[in-house]
Amino acid sequence: LSRIGDELYLEPTESGLSLRAVNSSRSAFAAFLFAPLFFQLYEPGSAGPDTELFRCKVHMKSFLGVFRSLPSLEKSVGKCLILLKPRASRLVLQLHCKHGVTKTHNLAFQECERLQAVFDTQRCASRLCAPARLLAEAVVHFPPTLAEVTLGTGTGGRISLRNYVEDEAEPSKTMVTELWLAEDEFQSVAVAPGSHITFCLKEFRGLLSFAEAANLPLTIHFDEPGRPVIFTLDDTVLEVHLVLATLSDLDSSSQCPSTNGVSHLPAPPDDFGDDLESYMAAMETSEGCSEGPPSPTFPLRTPQPAKSKPQQQQQEEEEEEGAVPGTPPHKKFRSLFFGSVMTPGRPGPATTQEVLAEDSDGES
Amino acid sequence: MRFRAKIVDLACLNHFSRIINTIVKLAKTCILRLTVCKLYFILSDKVANGGASMWCELSQGNFFDEFQMEGVAAEHNEIYLEFVPENLWRALKTAQSAKAVKIKLTNKHCPCLRVAVELPSLSSSSRIVTHDIPVGVIPRRMWNDFREPSMPDFDVSIYLPVLKTMKSVVERMKNLSNFIVIEANLSGEMNLKIETDLVSVTTHFKDLGNPPWASEDGCQSSGQGRDLESMAEACIDIKKLQQLLAGQQVNPTKALCNIVHKRIVHFILLHEEVSLQYFIPAIA
Repeated sequence: LSRIGDELYLEPTESGLSLRAVNSSRSAFAAFLFAPLFFQLYEPGSAGPDTELFRCKVHMKSFLGVFRSLPSLEKSVGKCLILLKPRASRLVLQLHCKHGVTKTHNLAFQECERLQAVFDTQRCASRLCAPARLLAEAVVHFPPTLAEVTLGTGTGGRISLRNYVEDEAEPSKTMVTELWLAEDEFQSVAVAPGSHITFCLKEFRGLLSFAEAANLPLTIHFDEPGRPVIFTLDDTVLEVHLVLATLSDLDSSSQCPSTNGVSHLPAPPDDFGDDLESYMAAMETSEGCSEGPPSPTFPLRTPQPAKSKPQQQQQEEEEEEGAVPGTPPHKKFRSLFFGSVMTPGRPGPATTQEVLAEDSDGES
Repeated sequence: MRFRAKIVDLACLNHFSRIINTIVKLAKTCILRLTVCKLYFILSDKVANGGASMWCELSQGNFFDEFQMEGVAAEHNEIYLEFVPENLWRALKTAQSAKAVKIKLTNKHCPCLRVAVELPSLSSSSRIVTHDIPVGVIPRRMWNDFREPSMPDFDVSIYLPVLKTMKSVVERMKNLSNFIVIEANLSGEMNLKIETDLVSVTTHFKDLGNPPWASEDGCQSSGQGRDLESMAEACIDIKKLQQLLAGQQVNPTKALCNIVHKRIVHFILLHEEVSLQYFIPAIA
């Protein structure tokens, strides 16, 4: 979560504790939902008729600082208590360690609106499920500083990953790396042929290393370029969602998705004896498809007329200057839509944002 | 103009990658010269390179299982390409468990070296990663810029100390000064010196040995007449020296340097299958 945003949102719900983060350009959102069974004790508090369950956000760095050194924590900490004290304005993290030592950290928090990206995995035309290791092995071929990567589907059910070259970069100076994965390397493949999406690698790598450590398969839900891509991890006690904006592709929106103009190079043939040659010969003769998705040079515009900036009062819109390329520039990526979920009758910040796409995702 | 090559042996691939890694440390862009038998990595001594130049030569047969090239013309059966070594290194870095690596010169939208790596996978078919490395084709009229540099008329030639030791000494000196003086004599003694306003540090090496260059036409000045104790020295950019030493991951079979007093230092590093020459000019 720290790879995504600087603030950690804590939202206790009836179905578990949800930890969330969003990046400053609103193009990446992640939520980890820990079921009550994950904890030894879970008391979300009680929501009265007039109040919701309390939620807050804290500085990511403060929170992480409590858990700084995992190896030594594992050796010395018996249990950890997390307590929200709304009246004292403190989030208490208490580590009960060996030898009777108790470390209590009191973190200041801010109240906040519900942070929820609007997305729906059911509406995604394509879905891939793969062991985390496969994706980690795929991503290793790209340089650590690479900002964006394009995931595409080729013929024969093959999946490709390719580094995205920005329009501003000179094509004759930039190295292009492309990787093909066979369908049977995935646990399941249900994709619309000839589809592709481009998203930021940095946040994805963060989720990938978590998935690898937890040894969980990763599911990728995606749709047309411009619609968010959703990565999910599922476990008996944990549900993870990572939602990333994808590069919008005006040129391809005018073509039907099945035409060749959008697809990548012809997939390599099945037998690999000596026919890297014919594959490469085929690559040489295929026309015009190898430059990846047509690069749009249009100002950011979303088809739905709603404002794409959430009116969340507590959020500060800070531009990340000079950040590692993980936050796609405003002009290229669409912001995710954030619904401002207001309970009726509650006096709150004067937000009048119209939520066009309801949050119909299964998450509570 | 065609070029196509293939490596299947992992040890060869590893060795080739290490050579590229060395080149990466010495040059941001350099020239790849391909002939029927050899590959050369060349950095010419333009001002842009800080005056340093490099000549690295290897026999293709020691690395490639297949190697076919056709030069620009029958009488000039060579290809000169300008490229960024780091791209090639990145492509090879993650190929260390590959079943095969194929390199091919292609020209779809612009000239590229296409590196296709066939990786083992759990599925029935292999995983293929392709890297398109953009290259610039050097026209024949410019080939003269990239000829092999001639051996300078040196004053002293001496074997280098163990590179690892030399590297750690130079790395520490690099923190103190931007320039380093290398001096050596024909009695196997070498000193590395730095001097600033605050501090001067000298490291002495002895019993290094001097290579026995046979005098040809008596024109080698390191032959008769030179006082064995007299030091020849050159003050050079310490970063260049450090980069050269940092790129050496394996101890060379032979490592020596030729010093032209106050003019240039010429390093020669010989491995079994590759030779590297690096020239660092002296700072005036």
